[in-house]
Amino acid sequence: MNPVHTKSQDDSALDHEFLVFALAQQEYGIDILKVQEIRGYDEHSVTRIANVPSFIKGVTNLRGVIVPVVDLRVRLNLEQVRYDEHTVVIILNIHSRVVGIVVDAVSDVQTLKPAQISAAPQFGSAFAAEYLTGIGTADDRMLILIDIEALMTSRDMALIDHEIEHVS
Amino acid sequence: MSEAVDLSEFFDTFFDEADELLDAMEQHLLHLDPAAPDMDALAAIFRAAHSIKGGAATFGCFEELTTVTHTLENILDPIRHGDIALQAGMIDLFLETKDVLSAQVAAYRKQAAPDEAAYARICAQLQALAGTTHTAPDDEADWPVRVRIERLAQEDTAAIAHEMGLMGTVLHQVHDDAGWSVWLDTSVRPHDLAAVCCFVVDADQVHVTREPVPGIEAAAVENAPQPWPDAEAPAAAEHAAGQVPDPACAAPGDRSSVQAPRTESETARGGTVKERGTIRVGVEKVDQIINLVGELVITQAMLAQSSQGLDAIVHDRLLGGIEQLDRNARDLQEAVMSIRMVPMDYVFSRFPRVVRESAARLGKKIRLETHGQATELDKSLIERIIDPLTHLVRNSLDHGIERPADREAHGKPPEGVLTLTAQHSGGHVVIEVCDDGAGLNRERILAKAREAGLSVSDATPDEELWPLVFAPGFSTAEQVTDISGRGVGMDVVRRNIQSLGGHIQLFSQVGHGTTTRIVLPLTLAILDGMSVKVGAETFILPLGHVNESLQASADQIRELSAGEQVLHVRGEYLSIVPLHQVFQVPGAETDPARAIAVIVQAEESRFAVLVDQLVGQHQVVVKSLEANYRKVSGISAATILGDGSVALIVDIFALMRQARPVAVAELAT
Repeated sequence: MNPVHTKSQDDSALDHEFLVFALAQQEYGIDILKVQEIRGYDEHSVTRIANVPSFIKGVTNLRGVIVPVVDLRVRLNLEQVRYDEHTVVIILNIHSRVVGIVVDAVSDVQTLKPAQISAAPQFGSAFAAEYLTGIGTADDRMLILIDIEALMTSRDMALIDHEIEHVS
Repeated sequence: MSEAVDLSEFFDTFFDEADELLDAMEQHLLHLDPAAPDMDALAAIFRAAHSIKGGAATFGCFEELTTVTHTLENILDPIRHGDIALQAGMIDLFLETKDVLSAQVAAYRKQAAPDEAAYARICAQLQALAGTTHTAPDDEADWPVRVRIERLAQEDTAAIAHEMGLMGTVLHQVHDDAGWSVWLDTSVRPHDLAAVCCFVVDADQVHVTREPVPGIEAAAVENAPQPWPDAEAPAAAEHAAGQVPDPACAAPGDRSSVQAPRTESETARGGTVKERGTIRVGVEKVDQIINLVGELVITQAMLAQSSQGLDAIVHDRLLGGIEQLDRNARDLQEAVMSIRMVPMDYVFSRFPRVVRESAARLGKKIRLETHGQATELDKSLIERIIDPLTHLVRNSLDHGIERPADREAHGKPPEGVLTLTAQHSGGHVVIEVCDDGAGLNRERILAKAREAGLSVSDATPDEELWPLVFAPGFSTAEQVTDISGRGVGMDVVRRNIQSLGGHIQLFSQVGHGTTTRIVLPLTLAILDGMSVKVGAETFILPLGHVNESLQASADQIRELSAGEQVLHVRGEYLSIVPLHQVFQVPGAETDPARAIAVIVQAEESRFAVLVDQLVGQHQVVVKSLEANYRKVSGISAATILGDGSVALIVDIFALMRQARPVAVAELAT
């Protein structure tokens, strides 16, 4: 950790690959290294869990492993939450825990150089700024880059047993 | 040490092995009788110390471990040979040494530095003991073999090093201008070692001696290297061959600079070399196999389901194959589950030490008897049963068994007996902790219960009184000792047992002792379940808790004042827990008279769970929800159904806490 040194701007080794997905006409990018696989969404394969926030759709069977499924659109209070043939589940692997997120569609993988990434605005996004790593620009596209790891492990996501909740 | 090879990947294996050896060492120590020590046991203890030392020295980075085991070995050796008489005090010191070694291994495992103070103390104690009993200097026979090769070409080093690695354990190697040296822990005869080297180099380049490894056995380094006395082998120089490997070199007794082979006085590595017929496999690998087999069973169920509508005559062969697959898959599942099974000895073996030390501290005479050590239990269960069981044992030692004088006053033999038993009983494992002590004190429990405001009377039968000791904060110990009696205890024990899907019972008779019985399922990986439908959702109820199910008639449902309902079955009023309410299932049957009541039992309480429909009974593979998600209230785990969907397994104990016991007075008749 070197607090003085800011992100190097010229090193091509710092190119990042992002998986691009869509939520309500807006494109988002997440670190491709966190993505395990992408699956179509099948409502019948998700088992509902009682007494949990509505964005947690339930749990599903991923080749014998029980995996929670989160609908990011519900989490972001988006108005149109449709389940159609484009609806997909991105299976993420975060700290060796597996979790699925439901998004409208997945488009492509985009490589961004550090120069193409600018700081995230403090407002105007559906996500709190603490979960954004920046804004990526590629040609005429604008990608909101999400720190998916921070988002999924956050306390209000309620995906992990946080110690403090045990005290009760 | 050997910079080229990263040994760290072998650390875990070494730690596991060291732990096992230390456990074995403790067992042998506990059984040693100072008056007439069993020579085999002494030899085994020595071997354990030696193997750990050898292993630790191999890696070269566990200095404290090496030093302590080395010192221990030096004391054990003369004892083993009968040169020094074993004394009772020594056994205690050796046991303490074992604890220090265990702590060191644990520290290394966590990549931490071992406790300096403990290390220094035990070394001093051992050296003091060694000083008083010292007879002979470090036996050079225990030194490793040093193979020195002069003028070794750089390109040949790797080949030689590899060959030496095959001969034994490489403790250390040095490469300098004069040549290359390697220290080996090996049982291969020195001149055979030289013969191997002759494949690559000339015989006169090779020197084999016994020498301590520099740095590790610092105390012994001052002794000059001693070549073997000249006896058998002819002078090697005249046989000097070219650099070309010469097969004749391999023949023993042929050219070599090594003189007489010297048989190892003690095959010190025997403990590890011995064929055990077992392999060491990581638990995660076994779990992966279990998962895969679980998948296979589910896939098989899917096939069976989709083939159901097929014409039995047209698809005769297919259906026959599916049936056979079913049998094979289940056999396979059973076989795989048995891999995880560990004998109870794993738990019982730690109690001789506990009993020995507690008895000494408390001034009591206690004999430990264990039965059914071979009873097998799932590994994950066995690990989680250790703490509750230890607690029960300590309770018996501390509060159960009386002092010798008190025992004699009551006409009992002065020596108390603590019995641990494990046995299989109808798909369950029953573990009992039994002492022949004073038994539970009825008066004190009554007093304590009244103090806590519980409704008890002098007429309360024992069977209703004893379970009270499981209530939180309920301790009747007269004085708090460091062993037990802090008021935390039996309730935690019971909660632990419940979380394992088991239950606990207590039997006691004043003056005759107390027996605690723990009943556990065989495994946590598979569960006999009853699948039920609530609305469109499927839940699994653990079959072990299900007593019966019935369709209640309207007149069996009674309304309580607060709108609660109870079920009247054969004179008993049972609290009703509608599953659809607990899990907020939409579209479920809400009328208790039209739903199905499943009567379940958790501990002493019985209550009725309302479901829409019973689907069937089957074994389900238990899958953790916490692995990727978190604990869900009211749910103990999940499973995968034949159609690949996930079903949740209901936690009966969580429901029990919702089901209030029904007091007869509340019934609005």
